[in-house]
Amino acid sequence: MALSREQIAQRISRELQDGYYVNLGIGIPTLVANYVPNGMEVMLQSENGILGMGEFPTEDKVDADLINAGKQTVTVTKGAAFFNSADSFAMIRGGHVDLTVLGAFEVDQTGALASWMIPGKLVKGMGGAMDLVAGAENIIVAMSHASKDGASKILKKCSLPLTGVNCVKLVVTDLAVLRLENGKFHLLERAPGVSVEDIKRLTEAELIIPAVVPEMTF
Amino acid sequence: MAGFNKVVKSYDEALDGLKDNMFLMVGGFGLCGIPENLIKKVHETGVKGLTIASNNAGVDGFGLGILLEKKQVKKMISSYVGENALFEKQVLSGELELELTPQGTLAEKIRAAGAGIPGFFTATGYGTVVADGKDIKMFNDRPYVLEPAFPKADFALVKAWKADTYGNLIFRKTAANFNPMIATAGIITVVEVEEIVEAGELDPNFIHVPGIYVDRLIKGSFEKRIEQRTVKK
Repeated sequence: MALSREQIAQRISRELQDGYYVNLGIGIPTLVANYVPNGMEVMLQSENGILGMGEFPTEDKVDADLINAGKQTVTVTKGAAFFNSADSFAMIRGGHVDLTVLGAFEVDQTGALASWMIPGKLVKGMGGAMDLVAGAENIIVAMSHASKDGASKILKKCSLPLTGVNCVKLVVTDLAVLRLENGKFHLLERAPGVSVEDIKRLTEAELIIPAVVPEMTF
Repeated sequence: MAGFNKVVKSYDEALDGLKDNMFLMVGGFGLCGIPENLIKKVHETGVKGLTIASNNAGVDGFGLGILLEKKQVKKMISSYVGENALFEKQVLSGELELELTPQGTLAEKIRAAGAGIPGFFTATGYGTVVADGKDIKMFNDRPYVLEPAFPKADFALVKAWKADTYGNLIFRKTAANFNPMIATAGIITVVEVEEIVEAGELDPNFIHVPGIYVDRLIKGSFEKRIEQRTVKK
């Protein structure tokens, strides 16, 4: 069984460490916030100007001056800080954010990632994604492994316009966990009930398969 | 004698001198912290051919979206757009030029404009269409893209929370966003605020933007529309 969106998020949450400052992108990455292990302190960065982003507010706490990067109303946690956009991106570009989780349409074995533009469709913009991938030391990409008709999204070379180069390290898909090292993807884990053969068939990039590929457990 | 008093009496006075084909910077992230009354006034003046640097382009009927109704904008420079049907239509028909800029680069191009820095190197956008035609330089074995700063804006339109009469500004929560940098980057910087107090009443320890950057200050009343009201049950 391929992983659900929630399971992808849950798997990514196992990469969190106590004391991490983390930026979560829109979509599946946002769900990672729901799976922070008990007893662990993690602070969420929202690039419009929050460190210490909290959950959605109750109706009586809604504040038009307090939104996240997805333009949703939010709250803040204990010890939070607000700052302007230049400071926010100084944090990001300066490599101060410990972990960035973001979605992608495609990744490739050169470390490039495409996430913002599909030719022929209206381009809405890259927002902060190019800054995040260029600035973060530690990036996890959350994505689906292949399209519905079976076309791999883990490629030798991205076909879509790029968001950044030399930035992909760890990829968590609905089928597998992959680590990119020396220009090749290493298959670290597989989704429950998904065979190595299935993953191989849906991976266009060069794939290093160890003798044992453990199944993820939830 | 006005001295350091930046307070103006009307929105007419606040935007006096605004003309066709000017370059504007406008604060806000989504609809949060936008100078909504100044934008309405720009709409009312009917000036055309504007180039506007702002992170987003408002929505249909609110924020910068209203400037599209009379086709007042020639070019938008933003990091993310498309919450806005009229915007899409004008871009697709070629009536509106769109320059997409990564959000951090946008913030830095504004900051640099205000700080007298003509350009800067950044890793952001290297290897992407954003770097097309731009100079690349290696530092410590990593390639960086030379990004020019913006020119100063003819008008910088800013929303702050509180000000004193000298134009010292304080922002509230995430309504700061691009506003503090935009305040520094205007040939004429116009700020609208929720509250103006006498100079000396704000604690100098907690000023976000000093009054030296501010030319005109006006107290407004704000709708503060929410783009996505998300609540916990």
